[in-house]
Amino acid sequence: MEIAVLLKQVPATESLIEITDDGISIKTDDIKWVINPYDEFAVEEALQIKEAHGGSVTIISVGPEKTTEAIRTALAMGADKGILINDPAAEGCDGLSTARILAAVLKETPFDLIIAGQRAVDDDNFQVGPAVAEFLGIPNISMVIKQEIIDAKIRCHGTIDGGTVILEAPLPALFTTQRGLNEPRYASLPGIMKAKKKPIDIKTLADIGLEADRIGKPLTRIVAMQIPPERKGGRMITGDSAQAKAVELVRILHEEAKVI
Amino acid sequence: MSQGVLAIAEQIEGVFRKVTYEALSEGRRIADRLNCDLTAIILGADLDNISKELGQYGADRIIVAQSPTLSEYLTDAYTTVIADYINKENPAVVILGASTQGKDLSARLSARLNAPLAMDCVAIRFEENNIIATRPMYGGKILADIALDGNPQILAIRPNAMTITNTAGAGSIEKLDTDTGNMVLQFIEKSLDTGKVELTEADTVVSGGRGMAGADFTVIEELAQLLDGAVGASRSAVDEGWRPASDQVGQTGKVVSPNLYIACGISGAIQHLAGMSSSKVVVAINKDPEAPIFSKADFGIEGDLFEIVPLIAEQVKKLKGRI
Ligand SMILES: Cc1cc2nc3c(=O)[nH]c(=O)nc-3n(C[C@H](O)[C@H](O)[C@H](O)COP(=O)(O)OP(=O)(O)OC[C@H]3O[C@@H](n4cnc5c(N)ncnc54)[C@H](O)[C@@H]3O)c2cc1C
Repeated sequence: MEIAVLLKQVPATESLIEITDDGISIKTDDIKWVINPYDEFAVEEALQIKEAHGGSVTIISVGPEKTTEAIRTALAMGADKGILINDPAAEGCDGLSTARILAAVLKETPFDLIIAGQRAVDDDNFQVGPAVAEFLGIPNISMVIKQEIIDAKIRCHGTIDGGTVILEAPLPALFTTQRGLNEPRYASLPGIMKAKKKPIDIKTLADIGLEADRIGKPLTRIVAMQIPPERKGGRMITGDSAQAKAVELVRILHEEAKVI
Repeated sequence: MSQGVLAIAEQIEGVFRKVTYEALSEGRRIADRLNCDLTAIILGADLDNISKELGQYGADRIIVAQSPTLSEYLTDAYTTVIADYINKENPAVVILGASTQGKDLSARLSARLNAPLAMDCVAIRFEENNIIATRPMYGGKILADIALDGNPQILAIRPNAMTITNTAGAGSIEKLDTDTGNMVLQFIEKSLDTGKVELTEADTVVSGGRGMAGADFTVIEELAQLLDGAVGASRSAVDEGWRPASDQVGQTGKVVSPNLYIACGISGAIQHLAGMSSSKVVVAINKDPEAPIFSKADFGIEGDLFEIVPLIAEQVKKLKGRI
């Protein structure tokens, strides 16, 4: 089973996000960068599938040079090798052009299974996984919490609003991860040592046979960014007893806020 | 020349998702601004009884793609039918709900059609004649305005973010001959949590965190039920195995924007706030007066949730004349 994991390096979720002077990007100086949490589930699941079925796990990413840190972490968890597309022309890509680049890498080296995070928690775009599958002409199943591979087919439990659905697809296929799929392992010390010797191929767009103009110009552009007005603390409901506080809260919610 | 607005309706077991009405209403506003028609498209196996309802939310035409092969949402079949229709009719704007299904469908459609997609929009406006879509990024820490180049402009709108508007009109119904193409995805089965209000669509969400101290969420469930709301949870409550992952609110869970969010025994970590900050009114119940959640809540009660929440439920019952 040859498995590819699509991985992005993103700001840690506890990061303070600030807007730069250009108004359309964020300040990156003080940010701690981590593997996108949904991609961690993807790495873990790929490793479990490899452990059960044999094969290898390749981490594929598009990003700046420092992305190798995130790839190295995935290698320390147990993945076999990494491919990073690092090209100035790939900066400022939207979801669709990123998907096009990833699809070009995946066309070069065929995989039986591709696993991607349902979304990256920076852009929150939910687009790359299904778009890569579309460009490769293979099926995708979104937001998977459980999977099973039998005879060149994958059966996935996907979450839908208000329930779950079980779908089956012939391999090669792509699925995206949802919380509940697994608990990602930590890299062990021997794992970290081994990862230092594992290969990370850093390639340009030309290396994967993609001329910069073929990735298409971004179809979506950020024209402005703002920090949403911060929620302010309001009133503490006071009262002589718990009973009195409950009465007062319900009165306020009904009469003033009009939400019940 | 692309023209017209196409809204993709979503139904499950013969019931429209609430976000479908939101997408149609917003689609109507866009169509009025562009001075063009709003067309709704609906896919499924058994649609005769529900299709006409779409006219009440502003659709001039209702395209019904009815076929046994469309009985369940399958990415490949639905993408093919809708993409073929779009290629034929060439709408300028495609709008749909960013439900789980809508996210999957819109992402795949954008790739098939090489069309710009603004995912999970919370507001849509015009600057001159161009659409600007506002969407949260970085777990809601940023609101970004997005311009879209190319056609059609696909707008997937976040549930509970836009207003539903009823219109008197009744749209004309047209049947669409469907060719689902080569389908490789196979539907095996589905299970729905019957009787539960979907978290992302609920008007009220009552959430419990580590303060619940166990899997017994009865006090939360009772209050949620009284308010016709849904039950949510913090990641800690999910990690403890007290609640299913589908209940998790936050940056790595669901994003909810109800009218009323009641956080019980939740400290207010930044990742949790990312999932509920856009709620209209937030109430926090926590025994720690220093809990950060109080600085983000409109109303706070300091106290033991096991004492306070049932008392609130009592009051709500009285209010609703159920006692
Ligand atoms: C990558 C990443 C992603 C994450 N994603 C999410 C996410 O999506 N959603 C999320 O929620 N978290 C997320 N977290 C976790 C988050 O950082 C917090 O750990 C979590 O939200 C804490 O949950 P809690 O508030 O229930 O628990 P705690 O922080 O332990 O708070 C429990 C609260 O309950 C109060 N309490 C205890 N007993 C009572 C009682 N009897 N009555 C009243 N109050 C009581 C306490 O005073 C305390 O304030 C994420 C973390 C990381 C690193």
